[in-house]
Amino acid sequence: MSKRIDVTDLNVYYGKFRAVEDVTMTIEPKSVTAFIGPSGCGKSTLLRTLNRMHEVINGATVEGEVLLDGENLYGPGVDPVRVRRQIGMVFQRPNPFPTMSIKENVLAGITLNNARLPAARKDEIVENSLRGANLWEEVKNRLDLPGSGLSGGQQQRLCIARAIAMEPEVLLMDEPCSALDPISTLAIEDLIGQLKNTYTIVIVTHNMQQAARVSDTTAFFNIAGTGAPGKLIEMGDTDKIFSTPDLKVTEDYISGRFG
Amino acid sequence: MSAVTLRPLRSDTLTAGRLPRWSVPVAIVGSLLIGYLIADGLQESPNLALVAGLGFVLFLVTMEVATRLVEGRRQASDRRATHLVTAAFVLALVPLGSVLWEAISQGIGRLDATFFSYSMRNVVGAGGGAAHAITGTLWITGLAALISVPIGLMTAIYLAEYGSGNRTAKAITFFVDVMTGIPSIVAGLFAYSLMAMIFGPGSVFGFSGSIALSVLMIPVVVRSCEELLRLVPNELREAAYALGVPKWITIVRIVLPTAISGLVSGIILAIARVIGETAPLMIAAGFTASLNNNLLDNPMMTLPVFVYDSYAHPGSDVTPYLDRAWAGALTLILIVMLLNLIGRLVARRFAPKTGR
Repeated sequence: MSKRIDVTDLNVYYGKFRAVEDVTMTIEPKSVTAFIGPSGCGKSTLLRTLNRMHEVINGATVEGEVLLDGENLYGPGVDPVRVRRQIGMVFQRPNPFPTMSIKENVLAGITLNNARLPAARKDEIVENSLRGANLWEEVKNRLDLPGSGLSGGQQQRLCIARAIAMEPEVLLMDEPCSALDPISTLAIEDLIGQLKNTYTIVIVTHNMQQAARVSDTTAFFNIAGTGAPGKLIEMGDTDKIFSTPDLKVTEDYISGRFG
Repeated sequence: MSAVTLRPLRSDTLTAGRLPRWSVPVAIVGSLLIGYLIADGLQESPNLALVAGLGFVLFLVTMEVATRLVEGRRQASDRRATHLVTAAFVLALVPLGSVLWEAISQGIGRLDATFFSYSMRNVVGAGGGAAHAITGTLWITGLAALISVPIGLMTAIYLAEYGSGNRTAKAITFFVDVMTGIPSIVAGLFAYSLMAMIFGPGSVFGFSGSIALSVLMIPVVVRSCEELLRLVPNELREAAYALGVPKWITIVRIVLPTAISGLVSGIILAIARVIGETAPLMIAAGFTASLNNNLLDNPMMTLPVFVYDSYAHPGSDVTPYLDRAWAGALTLILIVMLLNLIGRLVARRFAPKTGR
């Protein structure tokens, strides 16, 4: 249940503005890839192009190829809805559905897509997903209470459970810990470590220690200046990027000399 | 070069004079009393508005002077603002309370079983009721809601979810705003002439009234629903899209339920807004003294028209007609209150669940 992503010559535009320029990279299956870089360098934008979420924004367009195990996500006849069923996403701010209980939130992807399942199978999915998100023990006695009643960290893990209940091939995470306290962050990071045994994970983060802790591969992005497009500067093993990067600019960013 | 002495920017004490708590009520009572005495000297029998006005001015001046002396300039302007805002609020409540009081005290006398069970058929003088007008109002407004809610809600969905800033959406928004400003009589004339074109001149019946009310109601529904749909956080839509949920299911199963409580109260307010319309119904639905439950044939009476008719065309003995008019007005107020109450209950029932 994990696929490899190959990005080739990808350009992303908002209207006429080019936000991301000529990105080519490979994301390995069953690994964690971290995107780091200063604000506005196109990390999140690039992440959103990986499951065609960016086109929800008006005027956003893409040039280039994103191959999911060889299949082009931007090929003719590709339905973005089907893409998103295979590539799940967790957002910066926890966003459980306020009208639904914890259980309904976990099952949201299935019930909203009108799949009919026997109750026993549903319970199984709920338990497995919540266990997968390290949340089961905390909520098993209140599955029918509203998801918005959980703490921020629990809500974020509920959102992860909701994403993995769909059994995606790839899990995209857009700064999943930036709204959380250190304890909840630790819980999520532990979880990422476990999830990479099953899924391909791509995580955008502003926290370089976090990138160093959780990821196998790190991609560093930068912009030349305001209004210039973001570019992929350097990508490689996390150990190498954080110890002996090839480029001076990467080293400067990682050692905190700018940004 | 002499040293310039600067006034200290602040005094170093943390305490300041305070007027005692009883000063405000005492000042109010005192000012009103003095206002009464002044008005008494000016007029034969002092008029309430003059007493209140004089009293308020006196109160403002007294408090200003007292606060300045005891508490200082900043507190004085703070109190002045508080008093002006509170006075505006009280002033706004006066007509409301007065209308409610008049309607209840004048209308309660005829609010009996006869009023709700009899129409005005063959009634001259005392007796009779508004059964025909109450049912007529419920029929016509109900059908108007049935027409306006789907159209209005779907327009709002288009504007909030699909149109976002394109030309069609801008044009629709513009015309909806124009429609909000249509004088209600024009809506009545529109419905009347539409029916005249289809069924021939002089076609006056309940359905026509519903059309007239829909013209007035749709823009209100669109505006309030659009605002509410825009309040639904975009994160929820994105969360649904990211789960591979198609757009229309996201709207039906995520966006609408999240906004439902507001949508319901918005719709009920729109109904309350048109249920009291008189002019368009006079033209489109007409007058009658009899009960008529057929929306598609013959004129249909409604409560506002009933009130107007009782007041404007009384018989030789005026009193029973005026009593019926007041009772009709009170009934209308009660229906609107009931609608608001139902709206609040429904809104609370459907509100997104919170709490731990």
